Amino acid sequence: MTVPPLLEVSHLRVQYAVKTGLFGRVLDHINAVDDVSFSLQRGETLGLVGESGCGKSTLGRTVLALQKPAGGQVRLRNQDLFSLSPGELKHQRRFAQIIFQNPRSCFDPRRTLGSSVRMALDVQDMLDPSARDAAVAEIFRKVGLRPEHRQRYPHELSGGQLQRLGIARALILKPDLIVCDEPVSALDVSVQAQILNLLSDLRAELQLALIFVSHNLAVVEYIADRVAVMYYGRIVEIAPTRQLFADPQHPYTRALLSAVPSIDVARRAEPMPKLGDPPNPARLPSGCRFRSRCPMAMARCAVEDPQSVEIISGHWVACHAAAGPVGQ
Amino acid sequence: MSVILLDEPLVPTPPRWRRFVARLLRNPSVVVGGTILILLILLALFAPWVAPYDPFKVNPVQRLKPPSWLHLMGTDEVGRDLFSRLIFGSRYFLLICIVTASISASIGTLLGLIAGAGSVVTESIIMRLIDVMLAFPYILMVLVIVAILGPSLWTGMISIGIAGIPGYARLVRSAVLTVKREDYVVSARALGASEADILFRTILPNVLSPLIVYLAFSMPLAALVTSSLSFIGLGTQPPAPEWGAMLVNSRTYLFSAWWAVTGPGMALFISIFGLNILGNGLRDVLDPRSAA
Amino acid sequence: MMAMQQIETPQTGSPKNVQPLLRITGLTTEFRLEGGRRLQAVQDVDLDIGAGEILGLVGESGSGKSVFAQSILRLVQPPGQVVAGAIAFEGRSVMDMSARELSRWRGRDVGMIFQQPQSCLNPVRRIGWQVAEPLLLQEKLSRKAAWAGAVDLLRAVGIPAPEEKVLAYPHQLSGGQAQRVMIAIALALKPKLLIADEPTTALDVTIQAQILELLRESCRMLGTSLLLVTHDLGVVARLADRVAVMYAGRIVEEGPVETMLTAPAHPYTQGLIGAAPQLGQARGVRLKDIPGTIPDLSRLGAGCAFAPRCDARAGQNLESCTLSQPLPVSIRPRHRALCFAAKASSAVSPCEISP
Repeated sequence: MTVPPLLEVSHLRVQYAVKTGLFGRVLDHINAVDDVSFSLQRGETLGLVGESGCGKSTLGRTVLALQKPAGGQVRLRNQDLFSLSPGELKHQRRFAQIIFQNPRSCFDPRRTLGSSVRMALDVQDMLDPSARDAAVAEIFRKVGLRPEHRQRYPHELSGGQLQRLGIARALILKPDLIVCDEPVSALDVSVQAQILNLLSDLRAELQLALIFVSHNLAVVEYIADRVAVMYYGRIVEIAPTRQLFADPQHPYTRALLSAVPSIDVARRAEPMPKLGDPPNPARLPSGCRFRSRCPMAMARCAVEDPQSVEIISGHWVACHAAAGPVGQ
Repeated sequence: MSVILLDEPLVPTPPRWRRFVARLLRNPSVVVGGTILILLILLALFAPWVAPYDPFKVNPVQRLKPPSWLHLMGTDEVGRDLFSRLIFGSRYFLLICIVTASISASIGTLLGLIAGAGSVVTESIIMRLIDVMLAFPYILMVLVIVAILGPSLWTGMISIGIAGIPGYARLVRSAVLTVKREDYVVSARALGASEADILFRTILPNVLSPLIVYLAFSMPLAALVTSSLSFIGLGTQPPAPEWGAMLVNSRTYLFSAWWAVTGPGMALFISIFGLNILGNGLRDVLDPRSAA
Repeated sequence: MMAMQQIETPQTGSPKNVQPLLRITGLTTEFRLEGGRRLQAVQDVDLDIGAGEILGLVGESGSGKSVFAQSILRLVQPPGQVVAGAIAFEGRSVMDMSARELSRWRGRDVGMIFQQPQSCLNPVRRIGWQVAEPLLLQEKLSRKAAWAGAVDLLRAVGIPAPEEKVLAYPHQLSGGQAQRVMIAIALALKPKLLIADEPTTALDVTIQAQILELLRESCRMLGTSLLLVTHDLGVVARLADRVAVMYAGRIVEEGPVETMLTAPAHPYTQGLIGAAPQLGQARGVRLKDIPGTIPDLSRLGAGCAFAPRCDARAGQNLESCTLSQPLPVSIRPRHRALCFAAKASSAVSPCEISP
């Protein structure tokens, strides 16, 4: 464990203005990401799960410096992204790329797909200009499309094909890290499997680290090495995938897991969790933010925000009711 | 939407511009409006060859003659051939369209781009400025600017051009606000493209469609207001054969020489109608949902 | 809140001779495209829904499942049109109803729920009136009685503090609450049939669980039949008594939920089940994807629409797949599939599914 991590996020905080004054003065804000820390090794896949509005996409984008944090650090390859000069940041961007949820909106409708993918090389001034087209053709083949598709426009291709090209555009810079922001949520089940298979093949071949943002727990269990569960800006539980799914500690994680309808008909009688309605993100409860929906809430939860505690090696939980740390 | 199987042989599609032209030609509004516009341009270019008479030549003997084979549209109160004056008038019409539109579109688009893509503070400043401009009635603003600069064709066009800026700025700003949220803009940023690069090479091409449509609609409006300015004597000065000015001169003879009013009136009507339906057609064709 | 009950196995016993609540035969819905081409979004569909039954209609985007739901209610808009088929509701022909009968039937006997509840509610009216509206219009209740009815309905669908929430506007509701309100409106007149088109797709998983529970309990209490249109097999497994799988406008397989999900006969159903990762599934196992994409419905050939993507065809080299349309094959009682290969494989043993 002496190898420095590829990515190190510490005490990251991102705020959104929800109300602004006459000349853009922020009157009220929500903490979309609230004091989040984690690290990621080369070749590792971190699943980021949570419900809509929990800040998982914002976290993914802030890691790529697409969003300015209100505090904290993101270190990629041992460089603090937010203290770099614009030129250095541009160079650093080639090591971390993004794949989007909706393949239909992630390509400029007025550019051919070849030109959209080539833009990555042009912007970063990678390779000799004459070699770029060949590189684009090569990456098209790698994700299962033909070089002739380079002349096509986005509306001529299916969602699955476009998502392959979304991966191609991210890969052509040979990054170390790709943030996948709900990459299969907009796809049909049959196509989703193709994309998941492609991603896991490429990941193994290129030693890619992935941050896989998804609301679909089954997909995350399938692809991730480690999983972080987010609730309103905070990582409430993080653990190796097998450990988290076998022995979830946080009541929110448990509720999420039991809410996924199983395809197994025999389990249809199992009771579903009854969480209340989600809180207003600008007015989170005092103490533990999950308190208002938690079946295990105690008096302590209202006054004390639970700190993340390592209960087993690598398994961290932020909950007063969860089992205590190792050895206690 | 066509769905292509991975193993399906690729049918080569014609280049984008050729499909675009084909779509243009399939749209009747574009065809009719475009034909009128092209005719206008041809008339303006070849006016000296097409017009049978010198539009400025006074002939007191032929005063207020009704249409005849000699003077196809009759003559005016000083005996100038109306047909020739109408043909030369197309030059003024197009000049007005182009000058006013260039002023409003260039400045308005730039302001809109900066407001849409810039910081919250620059956006607030620009948009408050635009709000102030919009608070003045359009005609009042034109009149104020003309009053400051003095009445002439050029001051008329400049004032109308300036008065048109807020419309373009607001349109472009709202289009930019929509486009800049798109994932392909985020993607360009993630690839390391600079903000200026993103603004002019990714965002601008994607706000062009609404801009072109607005252009087609606002040009005839500008032409109409310029003609109105001439009509109240604050625009083109006699003896220039501008259609609005011709209308003014002839209105005294409305009941004795109907042709002197009808000619310029029809010319204005047909030209403005043509540009308007061209705008309608372009809006349909440029709508991304129609791109098949 | 309604009482939670343990589920009993629904009345799937012996096929009864009673006529079903809804019987659809040979339904075909066609869209005319530019350039004179035609596209059959729904092709020759036969389907029954029994009284009190929950039927899950599964399909991917573009399979025609939503158009099918609209066709049942004769809500298809031009350029779409139902060009063939019969729809019998309690023996009455829906296709022969006059405009007036039709709107009365839709109002009284059928309820509908859609994917985006917020866009189905009128943003400028208080939700109380929107819930009370069917009571006012169809039941001819007084305004006061209808308003009281609205409060009761909102309470029944689990809206907290319904006396206050009746005064709220739609934008003040969360997504889950808005869907509850839609359910209250749909069930206000105790319809005999409820059509829910992807009712939980836009919701978070914890809210989805509650809405599914609410749908099941409400339908059970009122004896309402439910046509549940969805792409999610998990939702179907949770709720449905019977499942129909749609592909390229046709129902390719139909049967009781237990056998459909454990022993599917059609290669497409098998593919769907294999393609979606499941919780607790072994990690690292490659997902069994279905190659290619959904076909362009306006360019279908003579054969089975699934043939170009089909494993079974590749394995057995069935010529007929590309040449002619397969006829329904009975796999076991009440379970049929539209596939040449299904007969061959299921005659030997029930189909194995890969994990």
